[in-house]
This record gives sequence, structure tokens and C-alpha cells, in this order.
Amino acid sequence: MVTSILHRATGIVLALGSLLMVCAFVSLAAGPEKWAEFSAFARSPLGFLIMFGWSWSLAYHLINGIRHLVQDAGYGYAIESFVRNSWISVFGSLVLTALIWVVAIMQRGGA
Amino acid sequence: MSFSNNRLRTPLKNARGLGSAKDGTHHFVLQRITAVALVFLSLYVIGLIISLIGDDYATVRSAVANPWNATLLVAFVIATFWHAKLGLQVIIEDYVHTPWSATTLHLLNIFICVLAALASVLAIIRIALGA
Repeated sequence: MVTSILHRATGIVLALGSLLMVCAFVSLAAGPEKWAEFSAFARSPLGFLIMFGWSWSLAYHLINGIRHLVQDAGYGYAIESFVRNSWISVFGSLVLTALIWVVAIMQRGGA
Repeated sequence: MSFSNNRLRTPLKNARGLGSAKDGTHHFVLQRITAVALVFLSLYVIGLIISLIGDDYATVRSAVANPWNATLLVAFVIATFWHAKLGLQVIIEDYVHTPWSATTLHLLNIFICVLAALASVLAIIRIALGA
């Protein structure tokens, strides 16, 4: 139930966030000044909040999406296992998001 | 397979299997194909973004211009907006039933997804070709 509606909600978030990715590509193509504007926004508190929300949405939609593909193949459909493996999406997405940001912060520290 | 005559359906209708939406499993299948592609492409894009954190304009631009990166980024963008269009379409179909609102949202969904994909692909090609 919750995992299903979260899959849709994160899908909408990802679609909106992808429009910012379009801005990234277009400003990178437009030249150094536009890129500086975009990266200043990405480094702002609001930018971090958006990127953090986007990364968790991606992690959740990715893991739950793989779960849906497995279910499409006919596995894990009994109610108990369905509920049990829904926790994989919830905790797995938190772990994956943490992993992304730990690696990102290490990379920033090392650069 | 035996054909039962108490249904108002011709055998041809069953054989075509297109259903009431006249579209068959086309939407379902495309949603899954783009999903499988995005499992790999999105992991790759996360890795690429993390590897470029803190780098300057010229470095980021030359990374995108790299032929393999440019190819995979174009694939990622097309798969993303295709998948987004299909997913948002289902959400609109499920929750919006007012005729004009539904039609307007469906059109907006298609136009924005197509434009976003075109703008990204054009930008990546410009970067890749050094324009």
C-alpha cells in the first residue's frame, strides 16, 4: 500500500527533478557564466535540499522498481512476502541514499 | 483454445489482444523496457555525477563530451523522459477524470517530456561536438 503510493510520489518528484537536470545540460552547453549560475544554485541550501530529496527518491524508485520487476516475473507475490520485502525498499533506499552522500562528501573532501 | 459463443467478441478481437484501449500491452512493455535500461543507466549517472563533484567547468564539459559518456547520457535522458511520460500518464489516468483537466494534463505531460528530452539531447550533442 504505502510502497505503491510512494513509488508514484517519488516518480513525480523524479520527473520534476529531471527538469533541473535539463537545466544542468543546457547551462553546461550555454557556457561558463550560465554554468556558474547553475552550480551556485546547486550549492545553495535549497539546491542541497532538492538534491538530497532527489537522491532519496531515485534510490527508493530504483529499489522498489526492481522489486516491481521481480513481482512482474511472478515472484514474491504472497501477502506475507509482499509485506516483508517492502521493507527492502524502505531501508534499502535509506542505505543507498546514505552511501551516495558519504561517497559524495568523501569525493568533495578529496578534491 | 475453445471459443465460447456467449461473449459478444469475435475470435479476431481475442487474437489481436488489443483490449479496450486499442493499445494492447504496448504501454506496459515499454514501461518495463525503459525501467530495466534505467536501472543500469541511473547507477552509471550517479557515479558520473559523484566523480565530477568539485570539478571546474572545463573538466565537467570534457567529461560530458567523452564519446562513451555522451552516448550513455543521451540514452539516459531518452529513457528517463520516456519512462516519465508513461508513468505520469498512468497517474493522470488514475486520478484525473474531469474531461478538460485530463486532456490538458495529458497534453502537457507529452509536450513537457518531449521538449525536456529534446533540449537535453541537443545540449549534450552541442557539448559532444564542441560547439
